[in-house]
Amino acid sequence: MIQTIRGQNLLSLDNVSREAIVEVLDTAESFVEVNRRSIKKVPALKGRVVASLFFEESTRTRLSFETAAKRLSADVLSLAVASSSVKKGESLRDTIATIDALGIDAVVMRHQSSGAALQVSRYVPHVHVINAGDGLHQHPTQGLLDAFTIRQVLAERMGASGVESGSELFHGLRILIVGDIRHSRVARSDIAAYVTLGAQVRVAAPGTLLPADIENWPVTVVDSFDEALEWADVVGLLRLQRERGSGSFVPSLGEFTQTFGLTVERAKKLRPSAIIMHPGPMNRGVEIDSRVADLPEAVIERQVANGVPIRMAVLYLTVAGSKEEVVS
Amino acid sequence: MSSNDKPQTPRNDLAFSSKNQLLSHDDVARALKRMAHEIVERNHSAEKVSIIGLQTGGEPFATKLADILDEISGVKVPFGLLDVSFYRDDLSRNPVPRSAATTIDHDLTDRAVVLVDDVLFTGRTIRAALNALSDWGRPRSVQLAVMVDRGHRELPIRPDYVGKNLPTSLDEAITANLDGVWISKREPS
Repeated sequence: MIQTIRGQNLLSLDNVSREAIVEVLDTAESFVEVNRRSIKKVPALKGRVVASLFFEESTRTRLSFETAAKRLSADVLSLAVASSSVKKGESLRDTIATIDALGIDAVVMRHQSSGAALQVSRYVPHVHVINAGDGLHQHPTQGLLDAFTIRQVLAERMGASGVESGSELFHGLRILIVGDIRHSRVARSDIAAYVTLGAQVRVAAPGTLLPADIENWPVTVVDSFDEALEWADVVGLLRLQRERGSGSFVPSLGEFTQTFGLTVERAKKLRPSAIIMHPGPMNRGVEIDSRVADLPEAVIERQVANGVPIRMAVLYLTVAGSKEEVVS
Repeated sequence: MSSNDKPQTPRNDLAFSSKNQLLSHDDVARALKRMAHEIVERNHSAEKVSIIGLQTGGEPFATKLADILDEISGVKVPFGLLDVSFYRDDLSRNPVPRSAATTIDHDLTDRAVVLVDDVLFTGRTIRAALNALSDWGRPRSVQLAVMVDRGHRELPIRPDYVGKNLPTSLDEAITANLDGVWISKREPS
């Protein structure tokens, strides 16, 4: 169990303690304030170099990581894989060795293969590796920013401070995750974060889109999606990942929407206070109706906005942090 | 956060001998009152003064100073808190400090900014604070008020308003809050 991510890698949320997660959320709270300033930059990582390696396409994750690094005054090396030597057949190991030779402090990496970030952390043990999504495995900063968004919304409603509430607002919180669980690294990271923080998690999906080992997960599979909607305090939708062949796991997109899409009709069954989340990019009209996505209870844009402070917190703690005890 | 300037602040009191109280609650209150009058005297009025407390040790002193200034000058003195964690130059040498939020809701351009902290030691917190302040405008002047100046400066920084000068040795630790000021000594191990 990792008790703090200070000075470490961030590869997965599976083995990260509640204290370590709360520490990231609290640090991110300070960075929300930095992002509200007219000068949105602090010198915390001045002189450090962060390499951003996206072997798989991304808009919000790459942009928010690079924004985060720049707001901490780090230099960013951004590898455009599509126009790099990777296309000539260079191996992952050689690509990493080349970038490492330029002198870097951290690598933010997305890759289509599960475990790629762990592999890279073995190639370059002196560099902090931050997983920005590896295959079907994990997307830890997404899990952290989803937890951060939930805490922020709930704390605001109570007029409380997120930092003072710690993980309290998650105790017994009822979270329903719907859709393509099987192919979703977001679901895996979200579930790890929510369960570690003390929430109850249920999942709803067609049998074909559940992972084979779902009985080993700390979640309950619901029989009726519609009943679960009445139960939930938070509904987390997932993108149907057509690039991973999800389309062939359901008879048709239309049928998926009929049975597991959050349509206008279904959204009416939600409690009035229920929070609707989606990690993006959305397939409007497939897993979520366009009108539902634009409801005030949908916090999808806030999730994107929180990506920057969470990633600033992760970079700050891993790169600037040391494993020694914190000074109070 | 001045606490980072005090590497020998006790993590637990076990390694330290019992604390000796040097200033009482009343001494601290009197010192703050005197410092408030000095601030008004130096700036001719409190009109242009902004009080900025350093997170987290400076907060109670800054709050109290702002209250006294309101009282004696009749002006509402703008007040804010500054967290300098992200501006420190010793991040790579020390563990990451616990950060607290900065709350400055007014432009500091042309203000006489009085930075307030509990203990002045190496001066590195103040250096970080001066860097951080430049993100909030261009103050007309920046002054420094501390409850205790314990010496051992590593930078050319001096306080303008001091509650108490306390020459200390490096193996001593100072604790200062509104209830008083204490000194403790590390026991030979």
